[in-house]
Amino acid sequence: MNSSSKPKILLIIFIGVALVYISRLFYLQVVDSSYVFYAQNNVLQEQTIYPARGLIYDRNGELLVYNDAIYDLSVIPDQIKNLDTIEFCKVLNISKEEFIATFARLKRQKGYSRWKPIVFQRQITIPTYAAFQEKLFDFQGFFVEVRTDRKYKHSNAAHVMGYIGEVTEKDIDKSDGYYRMGDFIGISGVERIYEKDLGGIKGTRYVLVDSKNRTQGRYKNGEFDTAAIAGKDIHLSINQELQALGEALLQNKTGSVVAIEPRTGEVLALVSSPSYDPNLMVGRERGNRYMELLKDPSKPLFNRPISAPYPPGSIFKIIVGLMGQQEKVLSPNTTYGCNHGYLFVGCHPHGSPLALRGAIAVSCNAYFCQVYRSIVNNPKYKHVEDAYTEFYKHAYSFGMGHALGIDLFGEGAGVLKPATYFDKIYGRHRWQALTTISMGIGQGELGITPLQMANATAAIANRGYFYTPHIVKKINHRANPNPKYTTKNWTTIDTSYFSVMIDGMHDVIENGTARIAKIPGIEVCGKTGTAQNPHGKDHSIFFAFAPKTNPKIAIAVVVENSGFGATWAAPIASLMMEQYLTGKHDTRKALLERMLNGNLNHRNDSARFKTK
Amino acid sequence: MIAPDLKPSRIDWITLALYYFLVIVGLLCVYASVFKETNPNIWDTSQNYGRQLIWIAISSFLGLMILLIDEKFFFAFAYPIYTISVLLLIAVLLAGTTVKGSSSWIEIGSFRMQPAEFAKFGTALALARFLSGYNVDFEKDKKIQWISAAIILAPMTIILFQNETGSTLVFTSFIFVLYREGLPGWILFAGFMLIVLSILALLIQPLYIIIALVVLASLFLYFVRRTNQLIAITVGAIVLAGLMVSSIDYVFENVMQAHQRTRINVLLGKEVDIKGAGYNVQQSKIAIGSGGFWGKGFLQGTQNKFRFVPEQSTDFIFCTVGEEFGFMGSVLFVTVYIYLLYRLLMMAERQRHKFNRIYGYSVVSILFFHFLINVGMTLGIMPVIGIPLPFISYGGSALLSFTILLFIFIRLDANRVNELRNFS
Ligand SMILES: [Zn+2]
Repeated sequence: MNSSSKPKILLIIFIGVALVYISRLFYLQVVDSSYVFYAQNNVLQEQTIYPARGLIYDRNGELLVYNDAIYDLSVIPDQIKNLDTIEFCKVLNISKEEFIATFARLKRQKGYSRWKPIVFQRQITIPTYAAFQEKLFDFQGFFVEVRTDRKYKHSNAAHVMGYIGEVTEKDIDKSDGYYRMGDFIGISGVERIYEKDLGGIKGTRYVLVDSKNRTQGRYKNGEFDTAAIAGKDIHLSINQELQALGEALLQNKTGSVVAIEPRTGEVLALVSSPSYDPNLMVGRERGNRYMELLKDPSKPLFNRPISAPYPPGSIFKIIVGLMGQQEKVLSPNTTYGCNHGYLFVGCHPHGSPLALRGAIAVSCNAYFCQVYRSIVNNPKYKHVEDAYTEFYKHAYSFGMGHALGIDLFGEGAGVLKPATYFDKIYGRHRWQALTTISMGIGQGELGITPLQMANATAAIANRGYFYTPHIVKKINHRANPNPKYTTKNWTTIDTSYFSVMIDGMHDVIENGTARIAKIPGIEVCGKTGTAQNPHGKDHSIFFAFAPKTNPKIAIAVVVENSGFGATWAAPIASLMMEQYLTGKHDTRKALLERMLNGNLNHRNDSARFKTK
Repeated sequence: MIAPDLKPSRIDWITLALYYFLVIVGLLCVYASVFKETNPNIWDTSQNYGRQLIWIAISSFLGLMILLIDEKFFFAFAYPIYTISVLLLIAVLLAGTTVKGSSSWIEIGSFRMQPAEFAKFGTALALARFLSGYNVDFEKDKKIQWISAAIILAPMTIILFQNETGSTLVFTSFIFVLYREGLPGWILFAGFMLIVLSILALLIQPLYIIIALVVLASLFLYFVRRTNQLIAITVGAIVLAGLMVSSIDYVFENVMQAHQRTRINVLLGKEVDIKGAGYNVQQSKIAIGSGGFWGKGFLQGTQNKFRFVPEQSTDFIFCTVGEEFGFMGSVLFVTVYIYLLYRLLMMAERQRHKFNRIYGYSVVSILFFHFLINVGMTLGIMPVIGIPLPFISYGGSALLSFTILLFIFIRLDANRVNELRNFS
């Protein structure tokens, strides 16, 4: 090899290296496109913009639920530097063991990455937040994220509004990836049913971050960003004052109140007692409080008015009277005698014989047993099953035996048995009216939720139809768009048959069993009831509407284990109707005081309502 | 000492132009690699790019000084310069400042310098001086060969003790100089084969390599005119290669520590360990690869300026070229760089004086080695060895030392006509 070839060999090596490097560059930059993707992955961070959750108002525009800032302490583990653990724990008011345990827990969490932000402690208090902000520089890697949680103006209507909480993995799966771990979702009540409206739509912002995850600017000037769409405001049909009064009247009692505007089906008040302060179901302690409420033997989480079925008792007599007329087995002039009852069904002493209107006023058991018998044993039908099925259809048309479709979660169907049920027990054609005679006075195989009672009252007040009861009046300041709530549901009873019943119900208040419910200057129609309770003292039941002409409010009240309908349920209904119609509830001070102070819970503890 | 007869026309202006082209590209890349929209002032001396600008000015001044010095100075002072640089290396080893695990820095106030950088041209000068001596025959004289090796190995060993693997390896580039001066080609070839075999040994079972070697050797012996000597050499080479391959495998599996193994595996592409040993290279490849054909445009990159690429303004500066100027820019850059090397090679060859030629070859070899390792590292085909890309990477002592290295050669080259006259 001579000297002159050596520079050539070196040159060939240089050019060879250049060619290898250019080929490699060609591969990296032109052939393999994955690096563009990796680069984007490095710098692009998708940030979620949380929309403000819709506010909730009552029917008069009074704010009930709003949003409140909460502070989550987050951390990017990789960015922790020279952390003074002792100082850190002091500011957060946790022990060093808790600190270590929290980190251990975070590391086990699904999707944990040292380079990704993760919530270290949820919902730190405002003083902690303030103390933390001052020391932020000392605690590198930690930062505070602001989110919003719910706040409730009043302690009322917990069962109506429900509450929100963090999504579960099931929610995430169902949402097709819309929800992410840590997002809030409505868990019960209106918050749950109207989640889509209240929740709004999350927005996305793409930002450029550096290797330390610090924001460096927006990606392509926000070209790909989407704005968050705020949740829609909701107006409930609830009247806050009426609701508050109802809850006050039912304090220390177990029971329900449902008030409906008959003209629209809007629920004016929905009281479930015992209840809880909705502000308990907010913040870091939500989970613990929930467990406490769940374990409470008085079942404050149980939404009685829409899910607890009661035998309706005497108030069912109104329905039976209407059915009798419709089936042409009863006219207002039909009279029956009563000698302290009918067969094994007893009755209290009263004048006899009585026509329909009078029988309502004194709530004669014998009379309505006779009516029931004539319906079910109607010779018009070949078999008892066919006649009973008519009875069933009529009751069903008032909303009994099935969930009405209120916009709340957990509505019960109540109890209303079809003819086949009795066939199974007694055999086909082997039973007749007398077998089930107690149903004529609202006992036996009947169960009606307070909501169904109030709805039936509204149907009576409307003389034959009702609108499906609903809790939400307006969404986004426009009428609830659900057509179900603007469709008249006709009962199977002709309008003409209602007059005599309504007159009878008016008599009940004026000079019958519920004179205590009389409101000066207003014509109230109502009916007391006493639901037999095999577990203890009977339940006091009352339903009513007012005024007699052009009714504005229909109400059903159940007070458990309190005896006759007239003692507790009727006065409570009366006070509430007065409040709603006149804006005042203190004209009968003694009655109001007695109701407010009545404590029925200290006795009969063992006889509380038991869910089946 | 000042050269009174230096005429500007004798300076190789093309090399000077290439130098400034690369230095300016370097400055722009340093600027782009740490660019912040909030702080765009390129004159800001609190930033890397502002300081680099000052270094460019100092380098230019120093370069001018070198061009004004009489060329005989470098010949005359070759040994003293070499001696001083070796002494500095020893001094720094004993009392140096440790930066990033290597104790190779001298700190004077806020000024930091790395004597290893200056040892490069010190060694180049000494080697050139020694080999250009009267009656020195490198090709034939064993003693000359040993002394040459010693001149290179002395600074190299000290630097190795400073934990500066990169700078140590740079000295292996003198093998090209020795090759030009008479080192047999097969040593270069054997060295190359050694590297290839080492890599293969880690990738493939040693047994397969030995089988492959035996097959290749048999074919070789079958087709050439067999002499006993050739057979003996071939068999010996196979045995040596086999031993080497086996021992490399043994060392890798049994002597090396886990993290060293991981590092080598990552380099060989056997393991992708994002965020671990392979993180730097992966990020470097992402930055270059995401540049695409035309690049993202000057200052439009994200990977470098947002610090995903480590050492983005020093060792990994080429990533900014790749990301912002794309394939086209990178090819242009590689071409210009290789062209500079080519030009220096031609300049070295046109020297009449052996001293000039050997020095020129040293310059070419050192620059080539830096280019080879540095760019190869960012492309993920060379091991991660922290050595700068000459003229481009941020860093004062690197820029200064490369400027001195190059300008001494430009100065020597500017006198070639005088030499012609002298010789004629
Ligand atoms: Zn009677």
